[in-house]
Amino acid sequence: MTTPMVRAEGVVKRFGSNEVLKGITLTVNRGDVMCLVGPSGSGKSTFLRCINHLEVVNAGRLYVDDTLVGYREKGDKLYELHPRDAAAQRRDIGMVFQRFNLFPHMTALENVIEAPTLVKKIPKADAIARGKELLDRVGLSDRMNHYPAHLSGGQQQRVAIARALAMDPKLMLFDEPTSALDPELVGEVLDVMKALATSGMTMIVVTHEMGFAREVGDSLVFMDEGVVVESGDPRTVLAKPTHERTKAFLSKVL
Amino acid sequence: MAQNSERRGSAGMPDSVAPDFVSIRAVKLRHPWRWIIGVVLLLLVALVIIDAAQREAFDWPSVGKYMFDRRVSLAALTTLELTVSAMVIGIVLGIVLAVMRLSPNPILKSIAWFYLWIFRGTPVYVQLVFWGLIAVIYNTIDIGIPFQQPWVSWETKAALSAFALAIIGLALNEAAYMAEIVRAGLLAVDAGQDEAARALGMTWFQSMRRVIIPQSMRVIIPPTGNEVISMLKTTSLVTAVPFTLDLYTRTRDIAAETFNPIPLLIVASVWYLFFTSILMIGQFFLEKRFARGVGELGRIKIPSSRFAGAAVVNPPGPDPDSGEKR
Repeated sequence: MTTPMVRAEGVVKRFGSNEVLKGITLTVNRGDVMCLVGPSGSGKSTFLRCINHLEVVNAGRLYVDDTLVGYREKGDKLYELHPRDAAAQRRDIGMVFQRFNLFPHMTALENVIEAPTLVKKIPKADAIARGKELLDRVGLSDRMNHYPAHLSGGQQQRVAIARALAMDPKLMLFDEPTSALDPELVGEVLDVMKALATSGMTMIVVTHEMGFAREVGDSLVFMDEGVVVESGDPRTVLAKPTHERTKAFLSKVL
Repeated sequence: MAQNSERRGSAGMPDSVAPDFVSIRAVKLRHPWRWIIGVVLLLLVALVIIDAAQREAFDWPSVGKYMFDRRVSLAALTTLELTVSAMVIGIVLGIVLAVMRLSPNPILKSIAWFYLWIFRGTPVYVQLVFWGLIAVIYNTIDIGIPFQQPWVSWETKAALSAFALAIIGLALNEAAYMAEIVRAGLLAVDAGQDEAARALGMTWFQSMRRVIIPQSMRVIIPPTGNEVISMLKTTSLVTAVPFTLDLYTRTRDIAAETFNPIPLLIVASVWYLFFTSILMIGQFFLEKRFARGVGELGRIKIPSSRFAGAAVVNPPGPDPDSGEKR
């Protein structure tokens, strides 16, 4: 019906002579949840960071909501975006990090309202009301005046999700959101992500949680050594991987 | 006593819960040498104080007389002015140099590095003598197009007083040290913080102001406090310019008239100690302010009236403006 939310066409990323992404081509439809799996060092996180222009792409094209990421295209030439415009692009893309990266000098609520008031210039009172609503949604309304140091890992990650949602993103990126958590805290974060997926948010999730991929994912992409090895419906790929590398990887994590 | 009864109370409790565990009540280890050394040292200190009080050379009546002498208190004020002005300029310039050193532009980087090399590599006393001779090196200060007739021109000697030169000399030297302190502070903040700020759509400047700098302050403030205290004492070198109205030079000049230097040295020392004590108290409160979110003190934030008020005025619900904003 509509164009995809994310469209990658032969995306290449190099760090010096080390080619981390060797031509990634994929699309993520609106409202879909795409799970990105693969061994460490396969380039999943790097690809995620490219979508948010935290890394600069060396070749290929990346479109989010039909807008080229990081550049302006005019004729056959690309113009680097002014940092201000790049920042504006990131506003609509939420990102959740493996290590939470909450602002430690702000309470949970202050973390959530910071960007809306500073970047979007939303009146503070409105931002606070919305922030409380979001913290309630992730089940932390009783923790909003706590500093991150006094929250558990799972609680911190849920605050981080609320913080990203406060910007009303059209796309949410999750970079191994449960990898730094104690096993018994993984569930509470996944529950929040499931609820978010159900609400129709477009999400790209780098994860090792195959259960989550099977249950929530609309598509699954298996990456290894900078290329997409296999992709498709998560239930199919996880049950009957066709590629040897996928089989080898899944036999280790399942 | 209170402690004793409490211990007995808790010792009685386990009888019903876990009869096997009885609170340990051991005889405390004695530390006789601690007591002996402590008493000896206290006696020595008392001896020094009593001796100092009676010693003629200290001339305590003169100390009392000059402590609040108008010339001395004015000099104390001047020292404070020198310290504050030099530190403010030094910190601002230090921040600029730190950002230059961290910038991706190699020319800015090299200039900042060269500045640090010069100003940290030479004694501040020598630098102050140089500033004193600036009028000999540059007779006039010109503004205009180079190698053309200047638009405006001042005679250096008239334009820059000894006081101004003292501040310039101290500030430019200080900037080199502050640059390193600020740079260390900025680098101490986890890179993920800037990334999170960027991912939320903040610009470099917004991320700096709201995320990076507030966190780096925790690292920057303690050594900066040291620098302020150090600066207060370094002002005694401005005699090299020569500027003579600071605390140390003024008391020395008075002593030169009275041929009685020792009580005036004490007067100067007491003033310096008084100022450093105040600065240390200020530093304590600043450190507390920037320790938010760290340690036990910052467990939760007591909701301020500002927050509570906002909650009452705006109950959670559909935002009437949200349609327009999108």
